[in-house]
Amino acid sequence: MTGRFGRGSIRLRLVGQLAAVAAVLSVAFFLIVRGVAGQAAEDTQDNILAASATAIADALYTDNNAVSLELPYSAISMLGTISQDRVFYRVVADGTTLTGYDDLPSPDAQTLGPAPNFTTFPYRGESVRVATVLRSVSVGNQPVNVTVTVAQTQLGLAEISSRITATATAIAVGFFLAAMALILLAARSALAPIGRLTRSVSRRGPQDLRPVVTDTPTELVPLVEELNKFISRLGTSLSRSEDLITEAAHRVRTPLAAVRAQAEITHHRLNKPEHRQAIREMIRAIDESSRSAGQLLDHAMVTFRADSHERDALDLTDLLNDTCNRLGPTADLKDIDLIRDLPEHPCEMVGDRILLQSALRNILDNAIKYSPADSRIIVRATDGDAYRLSVSDEGRGFGGAAHTELTTRFSRGSNVSDIVGSGLGLTIADEVALTHGGRLEISENTNGVGACVSLVFPKQ
Amino acid sequence: MRFAGLSKTMMRLMLVLGIMTHTAAFGFEIEDQKLYAATNETSVLRIISTTDIDAFEPIILAYQSENPGISVDYTIASSTELMSAIYVEGAVFDLAISSAMDLQTKLANDGFARSYVSAPTAALPDWAKWRDQVFAFTQEPAVLVISERFFGDDDVPRNRQELIELLRNRPEQLRGRVGTYDVRVSGAAYLFATQDSRNSESYWRLTEVMGSLDARLYCCSSDMIRDVASGELAFAYNVLGSYAESQKHATSGFRIIEMDDFLSVMLRTAVIPTSAENITAAEAMVDFLATLNARPALNNLSGLPPIDEVALRSNNALRPIRLGPELLVFLDRLKRDAFLRSWTDAIQQ
Ligand SMILES: Nc1ncnc2c1ncn2[C@@H]1O[C@H](COP(=O)(O)OP(=O)(O)OP(=O)(O)O)[C@@H](O)[C@H]1O
Ligand SMILES: [Mg+2]
Repeated sequence: MTGRFGRGSIRLRLVGQLAAVAAVLSVAFFLIVRGVAGQAAEDTQDNILAASATAIADALYTDNNAVSLELPYSAISMLGTISQDRVFYRVVADGTTLTGYDDLPSPDAQTLGPAPNFTTFPYRGESVRVATVLRSVSVGNQPVNVTVTVAQTQLGLAEISSRITATATAIAVGFFLAAMALILLAARSALAPIGRLTRSVSRRGPQDLRPVVTDTPTELVPLVEELNKFISRLGTSLSRSEDLITEAAHRVRTPLAAVRAQAEITHHRLNKPEHRQAIREMIRAIDESSRSAGQLLDHAMVTFRADSHERDALDLTDLLNDTCNRLGPTADLKDIDLIRDLPEHPCEMVGDRILLQSALRNILDNAIKYSPADSRIIVRATDGDAYRLSVSDEGRGFGGAAHTELTTRFSRGSNVSDIVGSGLGLTIADEVALTHGGRLEISENTNGVGACVSLVFPKQ
Repeated sequence: MRFAGLSKTMMRLMLVLGIMTHTAAFGFEIEDQKLYAATNETSVLRIISTTDIDAFEPIILAYQSENPGISVDYTIASSTELMSAIYVEGAVFDLAISSAMDLQTKLANDGFARSYVSAPTAALPDWAKWRDQVFAFTQEPAVLVISERFFGDDDVPRNRQELIELLRNRPEQLRGRVGTYDVRVSGAAYLFATQDSRNSESYWRLTEVMGSLDARLYCCSSDMIRDVASGELAFAYNVLGSYAESQKHATSGFRIIEMDDFLSVMLRTAVIPTSAENITAAEAMVDFLATLNARPALNNLSGLPPIDEVALRSNNALRPIRLGPELLVFLDRLKRDAFLRSWTDAIQQ
């Protein structure tokens, strides 16, 4: 998860904040729709109740010096049209009930204004909405205050309000879902350039240090510019180190070679054995320094290339032949018979030619170095599940040294003090093997004499 | 003779309609009672109804065969007595069946009815129920019944206008020979009269013309049909169609005319009072009544036409009386007084 999203994903933050806004808007929308529609429904009931009460008030008349009423049919039927609610009414003239429900509370005439008065209260087990209209009727020149009260239960209203709530909820949820879909799309398209940039950087090969040139949105331009500057700095520094390594090898080896030549000449000229001895030790020290410098730089080169090793299609048989050819003269000096046991066909694999050459050279070099004169070295390659390149000799063997130890840097066997060496050859071979997904195997020869060192590369 | 029992009925209705300060206990008056005992009785369904035993008995028996174990105690009372029993006396009945739609509506409006919803009641058309408390189960138009002795085939009045013209053209033959309900006595007649008055101005003209010819006033459909059949009456106006229909096989000499200007259609309704005790049985009866139109054989037996939207729509003169608070209007004391005054003035000249 951390790998994918890291700490504080921009997408999550973007989506989260927009979702919160959408949610707030949805809720506000819901409340407004329900409020407005609910109010409208209530107003509708109020209007009809007021119309009903007014229609009844309009039908009041004076008869035999008394207020009378013929209840208009429409005044009640209009209440029946909107819902199946219960209807109650009461007409009070001068404090006495003219007609209707005696027990329906009717506000005092004194408290009423000219506009219809609305209240809500429980009546006969249900909450009723009540409209009251005040009318003054003159009876024998005396004004009589008549209140007309019409009440209706609120079942229809509750039904309308629950319908409105359902609709408002559906619309709000729909709005939220649509907004979320748009937000996700927007977040994706907003963050797409980052993904594009990432892909264009990660797609490039290890050697590719060209500047990044993808289309970048304004906000990412500074980042990309900095990245490009960094890449160019890295390129410079890398090529500088590579130059340094090759340069250094020359610079160290050449003067040492000159000193060694002078020492040899001096050695021939000297007669006193103690002087000759001193010069021989000097020569040996020079050899060791030269060897060490060479191996150190080789090792540095291996480490350097291992990170971004090149991938060339190459033939291992070819490489082995090449190595044998190069070291052939050294073997000849000791009259060592270099026997090649190689398959006819090419052993193809993908790898870094320079690194593989370096590994093979070090292994074969050891075999020659630690073998006595007039012995045999067998260079063999086998092709099965894996390519196995082995070099076996008839030399002194490892003398019981732990094999893992021999591949650590600067470690040498206890039985090789007479031979110049820096203890880096097997380290180089081991690292090259690992870089190529293979391994280095070290064993005593099967017949008991000598060593056998192999590079094993499984086939992909 | 004409006003027999009127004062008591009026008093009772007044009591129901608002003058309820009396605390004295009135016993309500029943006309008949019959117990239909079940073989293995588990409960008793007490029904108070305005419907004759003859008409309702087949329904009770069919109901009992579908709901074994329920005994039915069937009490018959007039619509005002029924109203008074439940509204004033608080008598315990599980179901109130009445042809007085206005009084049934008032029961529901004033909080004396239980709500009930089931698949059968939900299937009823909207105009056949109110508040899920008043359930209609019949549709019965008010018709004109004419005497075959008086009318031939070609001089039958088809609408109220033709009836008025007939009365005006042949006053001598018709004097004392037209009949109609006394709306002061019969709840159903009052309902028909008030609805007629709403539907058309011709109602008042007709009433006046009938009044000028000494119209005879009746309490019940049966008496009117008897007198029309015997030829004593030339016609009777606003007779309950379902009743006239059911008399056709027993009595001859009359014909039923459905007028083509409009026909007020009364709905017989059932209400489960809040005082009901055997609610399950009452609800089963409501379901049974709501599905009457699926039982044609039973309807033939009872003579009660079930709720049938198709039949209603096929004749656009049919105007079912709407259930709703507007039915309370003509129950208003002052309104009722004024209406009866106008009616009495018109019919008695
Ligand atoms: N073919 C061999 N026969 C016997 N001993 C060997 C052989 N190859 C390696 N060794 C032992 O392993 C040790 C480490 O070998 P490595 O090549 O790393 O160092 P080196 O040969 O001593 O020095 P250099 O770095 O100059 O090659 C040697 O010192 C030696 O003791
Ligand atoms: Mg070595």
